[in-house]
Amino acid sequence: MIGIDWYLALSAILFVIGIVGVLIRRNAIVVFMCVELMLNAVNLALLSFSAYHGDIGGMILVFFSLAVAAAEAVVGLAIIIAIFRNHLSVDILKVNLLRW
Amino acid sequence: MNYLHDIQAFLPGVIIAFTGLITILLESLKRDVRTMYGVSAAGVLAALIAAILSSTSEGGTAFTDAIVYGGWSSFGQVIILIGTLFSILLSADYLKSKSLHFGEVYAMILFASLGMLVLAASNHLITLFLGIETMSVALYVLAGLMHYRKTGAEAALKYFLLGAFATGFLLFGIALIYGSTGEMTLTSVAAAASPTPLFLAGSGLLLTGIFFKIGAVPFHMWTPDVYEGTPTTLTGFMATSAKTASFVAFALILVRMVPETSYESWQSVIQVIAILTMIVGNVIALVQENVKRMLAYSSIAHAGYLLVGMASGGYSAVLFYLFAYTIMNLGAFGVIAYFERTKNFDFTSIESYAGLGSRAPLMGVLLSVFLFSLIGIPPFAGFMGKYYVFASAVQAGMIPLAVIGVLASAASVYYYLRVMVYLYFKPEHKPVHLEKASVLFTATLILLAASTLYFGIEPLVSVTDLFGFVTGISP
Amino acid sequence: MLASYVPILVLFGVAFALALVLMTLSRIAGPYRPNKIKLDPYESGMDPVGQAKERYSIAFYLVAMEFIVFDLEVIFIYPWAVGFRDLGVGTFYAMVVFVVILFVGLFYTLRKGTLDWDMKSLKHQAMKL
Repeated sequence: MIGIDWYLALSAILFVIGIVGVLIRRNAIVVFMCVELMLNAVNLALLSFSAYHGDIGGMILVFFSLAVAAAEAVVGLAIIIAIFRNHLSVDILKVNLLRW
Repeated sequence: MNYLHDIQAFLPGVIIAFTGLITILLESLKRDVRTMYGVSAAGVLAALIAAILSSTSEGGTAFTDAIVYGGWSSFGQVIILIGTLFSILLSADYLKSKSLHFGEVYAMILFASLGMLVLAASNHLITLFLGIETMSVALYVLAGLMHYRKTGAEAALKYFLLGAFATGFLLFGIALIYGSTGEMTLTSVAAAASPTPLFLAGSGLLLTGIFFKIGAVPFHMWTPDVYEGTPTTLTGFMATSAKTASFVAFALILVRMVPETSYESWQSVIQVIAILTMIVGNVIALVQENVKRMLAYSSIAHAGYLLVGMASGGYSAVLFYLFAYTIMNLGAFGVIAYFERTKNFDFTSIESYAGLGSRAPLMGVLLSVFLFSLIGIPPFAGFMGKYYVFASAVQAGMIPLAVIGVLASAASVYYYLRVMVYLYFKPEHKPVHLEKASVLFTATLILLAASTLYFGIEPLVSVTDLFGFVTGISP
Repeated sequence: MLASYVPILVLFGVAFALALVLMTLSRIAGPYRPNKIKLDPYESGMDPVGQAKERYSIAFYLVAMEFIVFDLEVIFIYPWAVGFRDLGVGTFYAMVVFVVILFVGLFYTLRKGTLDWDMKSLKHQAMKL
């Protein structure tokens, strides 16, 4: 039997990998993938808590979070395509017209 | 489950959702954009009436405790819908001049508004998450409306990536709170919570997500960039309605979810953030050359004043401030949108406003009214809002907070007045041909200015009445 | 303990045998007229040989986006369908509302032409994006 600690540890590790990825990667698509990784880490945590408490609420939130992540992916990919058309690159360091 | 009761409890949101669907259908049937404009404005008006009627009713919960309605939360919905209605009314002319007048814009405004209504009524962590996300995803689309411009696409990308990043924190916070208590309804969380590390980490992450959405320092970096790249009237929508929704949800969390044992630590965190937000927002606004960026930093500063109210528990003062802020800020963005319609002339820098006060007297006066109100000068609504917020801080014994707030807003006089100095006391650069504003547009702005004045002289809902609202839906 | 997995092993065996039998049968009984296109490995409608760094049509992105959204909406329908017996008739109307909303979205994409695959409308979409 694998205890809840292990699931939570995995979830926390994935979440941190996601955060680090968002902070250090320069490709907008990779940054977006790291955000998705964070969301999925949370889903893992929610599911394990849900099983731990024997309560269905966490699973329902996972459904919604998946659907929301899909909607975000659609909008996000469209925005990244728009960026590519303007800059011919998806490097976020080149997206720097607006500052201060 | 009693569906009729539930639908009636969330009637404003149901009307907005229905209108949004109708708008999408009309767009699919390739109807004229003016039809969509009329339909969406009418739908928001109907929802506004429903929300006003509901705000005086007895409060309660619906959809198996997922949402609250009545009183205080409904008043938040009223403010959101006022913001939505005026954004729609001001948008048509401006978007037409930028050839961005699509039916989808109205559908997206309506869906964003639906998310805000859900957010302002959330009594459950799932509804909170869904409300924030419905609002945000629709706003990402609106921010990217000018995607063919480099600045427009950049604003959308920054808003989207940072917004999604913040969503991750918010969701992780929800997961940890759920994990430590096993509950998701706000009141049950409060009952089951104990200050374990898990719960504290969860509330910290949840707070981070909310601070991001209201644009509080140090999570404010996206605000100026997004405000600059978004079509101006929609910026007004983002700055007012979205902020109102997040603040009402924040207040609901503070009142219903935070257990008494940890209320003080939340309070001190909010105080620190409030001080930072007021100082940073006002100081950076001093050096802005772009009007929209200046208003973005001013909106950060206003979030700081609102946080003062939140920290001292003056939720009714916060609500009145949000109401005043919505009407005056939308008005300011509306006037800027009017000037921006001028062809072949960039009306984004403050210097380009030189001499416009005599060239467009009515718009000059209107802009001055809104800016005076944003400063917080007595006969206008902005003053009453600030007065209530700082008074509640003094009542709660947070004198230093109120003092910093007053000093910060004294500094804000400089950057608002600077616009007016350019309007009236600087010579025109070169004569530009200003477009004529349509009757509806002018009438909307005059209405906003008149209500800014009216609610400054005679605040319709006195603070004691608002306190009644708060207790009306407290657990 | 392991004995409880025997039925699964049997299932594997049956599936494998069935596949073998069906393939031999079609080889024996069916007509066999090979040509180049028929013998190519199937690659989702793409040319299987050539550069991998090809430019894809924008239509793939649009369909992929729509697929993600509509695919994920099903996760709300499955749990509802499983629990329908206990949930009662009221949830049926709630689900009707949900499906109607989805249909409005589908109708919108249809009318906007995002699902058209002929060259003319593809070019039109590429211009718009």
